[in-house]
Amino acid sequence: MAIDKFRHTISTAVPLPIENVDTDQIIPARFLKATTRDGFGENLFRDWRYDNSDQPIPDFVLNNPIYRGKILVGGKNFGCGSSREHAAWAVGDYGFKVVVSSFFADIFKNNALNNGILPITVSEDFLAQIFSEIEKDPDVKFEVNLESQTFKITSTAVETDFDINPYKKKCLLNGYDDIDYLLSISDKIETFETARAE
Amino acid sequence: MGKTLFDKIWDAHVIDEIEGGPSVLYIDKHLIHEVTSPQAFNGINKRGLKVRRPERTVATPDHNVPTIDQHLPIKDKLSKYQVDKLTENCEQHGVELYGLNHPYQGIVHVVGPQMGITQPGMTMVCGDSHTSTHGAFGTIAFGIGTSEVEMVLATQCILQPKPKKMRITVNGSLKNGVTSKDVILYIISEISASGATGFFVEYAGEVFRSMSMEARMTVCNMSIEMGARGGLIAPDQKTFDYVEGREYAPKGTDWDKAIAKWTKLNTDADAVFDEELKFDAADIEPMITYGTNPGMGVGITGSIPSVGDISSKEVPSFQKSLEYMGFKDGDVMIGKKVDYVFVGSCTNGRIEDLRSVADFVKGKKKADNITAWIVPGSKQVEKQAIKEGIVDVLEEAGFKMRQPGCSACLAMNDDKVPKGKYAVSTSNRNFEGRQGPGSRTLLASPLTAAAVAITGKIIDPRTILQN
Ligand code: SF4
Repeated sequence: MAIDKFRHTISTAVPLPIENVDTDQIIPARFLKATTRDGFGENLFRDWRYDNSDQPIPDFVLNNPIYRGKILVGGKNFGCGSSREHAAWAVGDYGFKVVVSSFFADIFKNNALNNGILPITVSEDFLAQIFSEIEKDPDVKFEVNLESQTFKITSTAVETDFDINPYKKKCLLNGYDDIDYLLSISDKIETFETARAE
Repeated sequence: MGKTLFDKIWDAHVIDEIEGGPSVLYIDKHLIHEVTSPQAFNGINKRGLKVRRPERTVATPDHNVPTIDQHLPIKDKLSKYQVDKLTENCEQHGVELYGLNHPYQGIVHVVGPQMGITQPGMTMVCGDSHTSTHGAFGTIAFGIGTSEVEMVLATQCILQPKPKKMRITVNGSLKNGVTSKDVILYIISEISASGATGFFVEYAGEVFRSMSMEARMTVCNMSIEMGARGGLIAPDQKTFDYVEGREYAPKGTDWDKAIAKWTKLNTDADAVFDEELKFDAADIEPMITYGTNPGMGVGITGSIPSVGDISSKEVPSFQKSLEYMGFKDGDVMIGKKVDYVFVGSCTNGRIEDLRSVADFVKGKKKADNITAWIVPGSKQVEKQAIKEGIVDVLEEAGFKMRQPGCSACLAMNDDKVPKGKYAVSTSNRNFEGRQGPGSRTLLASPLTAAAVAITGKIIDPRTILQN
């Protein structure tokens, strides 16, 4: 199944200046019982978003209407913990296309990329600038250009480059997925298996 | 230049390299469970594909299963549906399944080694981050997401960027009362919950050499808790002895061939790591965590750091974490009251763990304020525990024996620690709400957990061991 093509994105952002946001916070285990990929956005950050009686906790960013947009900005070591891809599905299903942090846990990063969500790693300083710009003005927009691998704070025009594996970049821009690629080299897999069996 | 153990295994499994991109890695063994596989099977079904190598895949339900009355139909509808789906998918695709009540069922990372599925020199994956456990056998084993599960089902391959390599050496000998769990909690507390992100770790040194296979599994299991992709230990005679004779282990001349290959699995003397860390066994105490990530741990006789000792950037997260735990900075850990003790999980739910708890509590009673759960990692562990009389000892001490599964490690089933309650747990994660919404987890070894169960509060197990 192809993934959605990643498009040039200009959007406001939702700030979550917390370190070590783990996958159990992104989507608690009790919501992993579904057998499809949809609907996880509803329970994104469930236990930070709702209290015990399922009432929204007003202080939490996702419940504060002044914060919205396609970009989620998290603290260092975002997505640590479990391999559950449900975390990436929840982030995507909620409507985020980009997650920015100064540091991502490996599996979350892979999972995000496999679902057409772009994880952008920026320096600690740049991350602090993003948070402070949003604090000054929640309507500040950010520009994500995957082609040129740049992320811009439009209010200050300060821009940073980001890294992405060229293969993954191609996949995101074209909506390719890894399985299609692997299926296209099945003769090589076959050869490898035969050679090993000997 | 020589090669590391990791390089040797990795290089032997690379089918192709994408320019500037990941490698195509062949996967020898794929373990699956009910929670992260249904969407992957949906995916291959939609594409009209079959599982490419069903004989390289083994399935067992664990995350979501009840741990009481497993012979009855699962009450929770969604859990039942997930477990039924796994059965259906395995039948359709010819995948071996150790279903609920099967004598081999259990937590997927307990089942792999116990069946001899896990062998030195292999590449192994599972849609679960603690797949790193299998590294104890000198195996490249790591957790993957569901899209990757689908990839492996469809092609027996995965696209992976090659991680950097780190070696963690611990020399010396461990003090009495200090276990493998303490060693890994100590390492994580030293390098932080993200200290090994981007790396694959090799554990080396006398401490790991002298550990049993099960103790090595505990160490490798928690590699992911410092961010590492996985961790591994070079195989030795102990490894071979452990594998020999198990169901999936090579037999006869195949065994001799395997041993000849496996003895070459080690890091060359002149191999270079991207990072080397060294610790001294003498510095390690029984450990306990006080916060909401596994890096927030201290020696059990120590205290929570003061805010002043934390770098200013980390203060907000540190304070948020302590607030959640209901602790104050600078607090001494000893003497804190506990409500639950959980012994189980793929970290510490093996027979040696149950033995160590039983040895400790034999003839004693758990404290009145403690609810103590023991959840064996698999049916085989349960059977062995019954045979050795461990179950009797534990039940006499007031522990509740449950049936195999992940249980309170992630609280997907009914085994939940209530809001605000403190649990000393032998599992691997103390994240907010991990053991149930609002639950507060303190990670420790089975030995420490046993001591806490008896006294009802945080205690240094050595004070009881000595008496
Ligand atoms: S026991 Fe816990 S950590 Fe291990 S596989 Fe189950 S849920 Fe994951």
